[in-house]
Amino acid sequence: MAPYASDDSTTAGEVDEQRSARRKAARYIVPVTVVGVAAATIGLVPALADSGDPDLPKITAQQLIEKIAKSDVQQLSGTVKISTDLGLPNLGGLESGLLSGAAGQGEGGSSADPTAKLTELASGTHTLRVAADGPDKQKLSLLENAAEYSLIHNGKDVWGYDSKSNEVYHGTSSESPERGQDQQPPALPKDFAEEALKAVDDTTSVTVDGTAQVAGRDAYKLVVEPKQSGSTVGAITVAVDAETGMPLKFTLTPAGGGSAVVDAGFTKVSFARPAASTFDFTPPKGAKVTEEKDAGKAADKAWGETPRKAPGKPFGLGEAPKAGKDSGKGSGGPGGMKTIGEGWTAIATFDTGGEGVPSGKAGGEFGGFMDSLGDKVHGTFGSGTVFSTRLVNALVTDDGKVYAGLVTKDALVKAADAGK
Amino acid sequence: MSRAEASASQGSGELRDRSRTARLRRTTFRATLLRNELLTTFRRWRTLALLAVLAAVPVLVGIAVKIETGDGSAAGPGSGGGPAFISQITNNGLFLVFTALAATLPFFLPMAVGVVAGDAIAGEANSGTLRYLLVAPAGRSRLLLTKYATVVVFCLAATLVVAVSALTVGALLFPLGDLTTISGTQISFAEGLGRALLIALAVAASLIGVAALGLFVSTLTSSGIAAMATTVVLLITVQILDQIPQLHALQPYFFSHYWLSFADLMREPVYWDELAKNLGLQALYTAVFGSAAWARFTAKDITA
Repeated sequence: MAPYASDDSTTAGEVDEQRSARRKAARYIVPVTVVGVAAATIGLVPALADSGDPDLPKITAQQLIEKIAKSDVQQLSGTVKISTDLGLPNLGGLESGLLSGAAGQGEGGSSADPTAKLTELASGTHTLRVAADGPDKQKLSLLENAAEYSLIHNGKDVWGYDSKSNEVYHGTSSESPERGQDQQPPALPKDFAEEALKAVDDTTSVTVDGTAQVAGRDAYKLVVEPKQSGSTVGAITVAVDAETGMPLKFTLTPAGGGSAVVDAGFTKVSFARPAASTFDFTPPKGAKVTEEKDAGKAADKAWGETPRKAPGKPFGLGEAPKAGKDSGKGSGGPGGMKTIGEGWTAIATFDTGGEGVPSGKAGGEFGGFMDSLGDKVHGTFGSGTVFSTRLVNALVTDDGKVYAGLVTKDALVKAADAGK
Repeated sequence: MSRAEASASQGSGELRDRSRTARLRRTTFRATLLRNELLTTFRRWRTLALLAVLAAVPVLVGIAVKIETGDGSAAGPGSGGGPAFISQITNNGLFLVFTALAATLPFFLPMAVGVVAGDAIAGEANSGTLRYLLVAPAGRSRLLLTKYATVVVFCLAATLVVAVSALTVGALLFPLGDLTTISGTQISFAEGLGRALLIALAVAASLIGVAALGLFVSTLTSSGIAAMATTVVLLITVQILDQIPQLHALQPYFFSHYWLSFADLMREPVYWDELAKNLGLQALYTAVFGSAAWARFTAKDITA
């Protein structure tokens, strides 16, 4: 009844000792096997679960676009994952501070203000939950660490609830019934897809590129590519649900290669009617409630415009090409803004009337900071600074002109040269 | 495997002759062993002191929030700093349970588990009682399993101590009632209590990975202090590594990575994805380090 080891050592000869040492070592096979099986499972199960692309009847790009347009999904609930990688310099908290500051939060603002909150979507990876039941009831929740930000539209009420700070934002959509629908923030693949399809014209190639499985549903893949060279947009892929025609996944890849700039897709989706209680909201006891009118005009304006603009089109996707068409008719943009070229390579330009970017010598320390963010370029137009992200490039010339668009640096310099 | 060992240590002839009596004896013996282990562990002053420290955390948090909000101001800085759920405590004492668990889970709870798990084998070896335990006809595998079961019971007990203490303090200092989930929907107080219990279970389950790791470390050395220190150092190291953005490819495999997922139980509907990942990860740690501890312990020379 003594422990093994002493048993072994008293009776064992040399051969036995070797054997027992081997037997001891053999026991470690168990944990190693467990690790191996786990690694294999993690590696293989997604590959096995991917049962290949579904077989769907052939469809033309035109038919698919019509299908999207006809799609009328009123009830749904699901989980959306959005990854945005604009290649902005990583400023950490400063960046979001600037964004929310720019969004007109300022003093008297509330952390439950949708404007401030939804600009967070412009960078990083986020998980959202969405639910909708007709045009009057929508809910969008931004899942955070041990907290959640919910935006609930129920009838004429619009509530924003930030569970982290326990603050509530209340607005109404009674003034114009249409606005309520418009207030749904553009977080769904559908919203992105609509913007992308607005840009479709003769400078664009639209094709159907096979099928895919998205959130367990069969979908067609619609690929939108700019035909012109010089655009920073590589391709836009939209996965469209074969049954309902609803876009399930939106991916924008840059021409420069690398990971997608915007990738928004359902990871789970259901077209059943969500529980009515989902859209009920009563401000919790003790929560600080900010009324829309208290928040002032800035927030009101922002609510109407910015949430739609900020996360959905942080880069003015779809707008630039449209502006390009307008310029063909000879109309200038607002504030003396003009556009050069058309389609995907349209470049917006305006004169700040100022001196351009303060450079290292003139602008002191701030100038040095600005220099570090941009690249100096020279051309027949003179010289200037190019600020680039993975999608939008902007050239600020030393004499105060700004050229910006979804185009490469060279295209900007060429435009500036031509404008001279 | 344990059956084979048991028969080996008992002598195969004896077992075959009186297998029924032996089986009966074994069953009662197993229960006795576990009960003895539990009694030894929970009667220890060290264990009681650990539990007392854990029970004190919600008291401190509750009193601090009460004092800070005594003049009617909102809890915590307006921007929502501090542990999760802290801004809701003043309106509903039940939230103190969630805040207390969120505050103790990163460090206090796993540290206590690390101390108990690290001491499990090494402490016995250190005080020279391990060989007497092994003299009993239980087999090493079963002894190890009993030790692990004891540590898991401690995980649950420690979590419940925090939760019950928080609920008591919350009920004494703050109002109770219907509560708002973090998704903005209302649930009744009874459902809230149910969720609090689920959250306590989820937190306890989050700790079983650390428990297995601590038990493995405990089989490596015969110094109880060394085993405890190693476990706690590992715990802190992993928590620091989990904060380094450059390691984000590895982080999903750190045992502490999904710990805060218990808060997902307060969403409506509950968001299960990360909870499931957490449970899977804890099961994996238990399987890997549990079997490693078995491999080490069953092949070890017991000298003390």
